[in-house]
Amino acid sequence: RQDALTEVLLRLADDRLIHGHRLSEWTGHGPELEEDLALANVALDMIGHAASLYSYAAELEGKEDEDFYAYFRDDIEFKNIAMVELPRGDFAFTIARQFLFSAFSYHLYKYLIEIVDDEQLKGMLQKHFKEIKYHLRHSREWVLRLGDGTEESHLRIQNAFDEIWMYTGEMFDQDETDRAAIKHHFFVDVSSFKKEWDKLVSETLEEATLTVPDDDQYMYSGSRQGRHTEHLGHLLAQMQFLRRSYPDAEWK
Amino acid sequence: MKTDPITSKEEIWSYLEGVIDPEIPVLNVVEMGIVRNVEIEDDQVIVKITPTYSGCPAMNAIELEIKKKLREKGIESFRVVTDFKESWTTDWMTDHAKNKLREYGIAPPEKTEPDDNFLTSLKETQKIVPCPYCNSLETNLRSEFGSTACKSLYYCNECHQPFEHFKCI
Repeated sequence: RQDALTEVLLRLADDRLIHGHRLSEWTGHGPELEEDLALANVALDMIGHAASLYSYAAELEGKEDEDFYAYFRDDIEFKNIAMVELPRGDFAFTIARQFLFSAFSYHLYKYLIEIVDDEQLKGMLQKHFKEIKYHLRHSREWVLRLGDGTEESHLRIQNAFDEIWMYTGEMFDQDETDRAAIKHHFFVDVSSFKKEWDKLVSETLEEATLTVPDDDQYMYSGSRQGRHTEHLGHLLAQMQFLRRSYPDAEWK
Repeated sequence: MKTDPITSKEEIWSYLEGVIDPEIPVLNVVEMGIVRNVEIEDDQVIVKITPTYSGCPAMNAIELEIKKKLREKGIESFRVVTDFKESWTTDWMTDHAKNKLREYGIAPPEKTEPDDNFLTSLKETQKIVPCPYCNSLETNLRSEFGSTACKSLYYCNECHQPFEHFKCI
């Protein structure tokens, strides 16, 4: 039972840490000051979500603290979906990805909060949920603006959705770990809200004058089991370098 | 060494009122609603805190400041525990705290409302935030995100002063 809970914590946390890291790469490079702040804020929230989930996992597994999971695991031990590890690309790509992921998180959290059989996890999810709502609003507004904007912005965000689409299937993949967690009421059947996610995404894309890519195409899978793209290793090299090279380094 | 048994919960609360929020230096951590509970168990002081925003970088500093304050006051046996049971909300801020914010130049949060229409653009919901400098209602949202996670950016069309609004959450 505890293993099932730890797995859920790590899967949720890994998605958020890696996505948060990708968003943080925009700090100082945003297309305008307000957007630079926005992306940094959202990145901080996501890394914060990961930190709280990791610290709970650390408590359960008897690790010293949350840093163990962030800094001392290798790529095959990370359980995030590939979509969040893809390089940040241009602004349109960043927005398209964040919108798809936030829409997924919104539905996942909405249902998970209702059934989760663990008070501490439930409290964390309720806190994250408040923030996910404005992440979704923010990225959705940008999808509308870019899609229904200039010829260039339309082209870029359409390309972004077309490129990312093959990585969206993984959000709804399920394996033994999910089934064990569902049995213990630590997780929900993600396929139960796929239609709602589809609806929100397709309505937004239509409003943005964009075309929803075809689901009937090759879909990447296996990241939750550690089969990642080459990009995760590069990301971790940067993220983990300092902590691994100078394990006792401290802020003074 | 054990905590001096004379130290009461009330005293601990008053010590904590001396710990200011590093991001909003006019408010202390009690006024912010960050300190949720103080307990004394077997002569050990347990301070329960809850984060404002998940990614708030000040939380770490706040925890250190609380520990420093307790040590300063001669308390040696204590724990600062982060508690997620209830999600922090700006509704926990007292009116007194809100007034202090306004005087400092930050428009305080209003009472939270149900956010069923959270997808609607904030520009369209047209919430009126009075300018903390001239009280004008002629203000515009410039950016939902500001210098810290808890604030958004507004501009006053009357006194032409940009200002921050403490978001309701």
